[in-house]
Amino acid sequence: MIFDTVKQLLIEKFGPEVIIAEEPNQKQPALIIKSDLIADVCLFLRDHPETWFDFLSCLSGVDYGIEQQKFGVVYHLASIIKNHQLVLKVVQENNRDEENLPTFKSISSVYKAAEWHEREAFDMLGIFFENHPDLRRILLPDDWDGFPLRKDYKTAEQYHNIKIDL
Amino acid sequence: MQNTLSHKYQDGLIAYQNKIKAVTAEEMVLNLGPQHPSTHGVLRLELITDGEIVKEVIPHIGYLHRCFEKHGEALNYAQIIPYTDRMDYLASMNNNHAFVMGVEKMLGIENDIPKRVEYIRVLVCELNRIASHLIAIGTYGIDIGAFTPFLWCFRDREHIMNMLEWASGARMLYNYIWVGGLFYDVPVGFEDRCREFVNYFKPKMKELNELLTDNQIFISRTANVGILPLDVAINYGCSGPMLRGSGLKYDLRRVDEYSVYPEIEFEVAYAKAEVGSIGDCWNRYKVRIVEIEESLKIIEQCVEKLTKEHKRTKEFDPRALCPKKVVPKAQDFYCRAENPKGEVGFYFIADGRSDKPFRIKSRGPSFCNLSVLPEISKNVMIADLVAIIGSLDIVLGEVDR
Repeated sequence: MIFDTVKQLLIEKFGPEVIIAEEPNQKQPALIIKSDLIADVCLFLRDHPETWFDFLSCLSGVDYGIEQQKFGVVYHLASIIKNHQLVLKVVQENNRDEENLPTFKSISSVYKAAEWHEREAFDMLGIFFENHPDLRRILLPDDWDGFPLRKDYKTAEQYHNIKIDL
Repeated sequence: MQNTLSHKYQDGLIAYQNKIKAVTAEEMVLNLGPQHPSTHGVLRLELITDGEIVKEVIPHIGYLHRCFEKHGEALNYAQIIPYTDRMDYLASMNNNHAFVMGVEKMLGIENDIPKRVEYIRVLVCELNRIASHLIAIGTYGIDIGAFTPFLWCFRDREHIMNMLEWASGARMLYNYIWVGGLFYDVPVGFEDRCREFVNYFKPKMKELNELLTDNQIFISRTANVGILPLDVAINYGCSGPMLRGSGLKYDLRRVDEYSVYPEIEFEVAYAKAEVGSIGDCWNRYKVRIVEIEESLKIIEQCVEKLTKEHKRTKEFDPRALCPKKVVPKAQDFYCRAENPKGEVGFYFIADGRSDKPFRIKSRGPSFCNLSVLPEISKNVMIADLVAIIGSLDIVLGEVDR
């Protein structure tokens, strides 16, 4: 199975500490990767002839709830040639301070598709991506305050003197 | 224009502002949209131009942002289905289908769905695919300057709209495919009307091909324009007719073999470069034309099955399997399916306790297809840029969600 192959290849290449945890019993098993190495891992999996994950299906930022001070990014990779899929995750603890956003390495140098997805994660959840070529808000206006998909988001009362009425 | 966020996180914004400021005397910043017919909705493009040549394109999106993901966290699974209608509002059935399939797989009931339900789902999805492609083709003609195909496509699309309205009660936003089944069985006589439509529509496609596909003016405007090489398409996450237009035979209906597609015969359309070169606007357009013809074949086969093997019976209840309350076990699940525009995906996180998703993320195909625009429209003419945008076939409802 591709999941075990990937695990083995990653341990051989980066050492055992690259995989922090795994979720093997799910319908779509996931690997939780050490967050510093995610860009290298993606590059390795993209170019390795056995895995060949050339297509980034989806990239989602996740806020794991107010009790758990934790943010994460989930990567859904797919291989067009080999026809298999893989889920990678990175997580990081964070105290929800605007001065200290959760920060991950950008994979936009590996998959250009990640560029807009990462902008969206930054826009909606306030997840910062290092080495991103053009990280600014994408769906919301540039002068918007706060990150709406965070679980503790409070709707602003007004925007440019327009009352926000829910 | 600044927000209160710390400066260390604003490098991207500052770099963008400086880029616009640094435009030299020979260059000009030209604003295209958001209210412009050729941008197919509320897409705004900032062009840095040198005369007629486009040096750089900076897309601005979000004018149609309706907080799909935030709403999704507050609603239960059945209530989210109408919201998926409004993502890609030209192909609501396909979005319903993708979403419902994801939820069914999370519940583990995907193999229990009656065959009749699955065939009806595929039938309405393919009808909707034709309607969506007709819009793509018709409006593409109008972008290039051909007015007649637009009217013809809308005339034929109207037949599909009427049929789907008959089945679901709504013209565009159907909420027809439900978790575990359907809203209603198709009305009596629907299958005959599908047959009639196919017979009516086949000669119309021939006319359309004569009018537009093989039209020399149209070919001159689209062939060899906006070439998207295959490696770039894959790297940017392009899917659907964009990817197949670059010459790759890749269709999730065949790759994932979901629903009853494995039982149906159809060919996957891909660019063969009869005109122009692989990956250009004409080939992307041609893929859509061929896909319409393939969809007609699928409809014929579905109708055949629905009138013979999986006939309407008195006992048949399309809602029999619909759960009263959808509470999936705690899990993450990503479900993908082929929409007329490409790979539509839903990523769910269920916490196992509530009937609402903890997090729902949707991957719109138009979102990824649009992100490649700055790459393929460097150093093209402004008029060609319009041709390129049209060939992407984006729906802003899905880009912005």
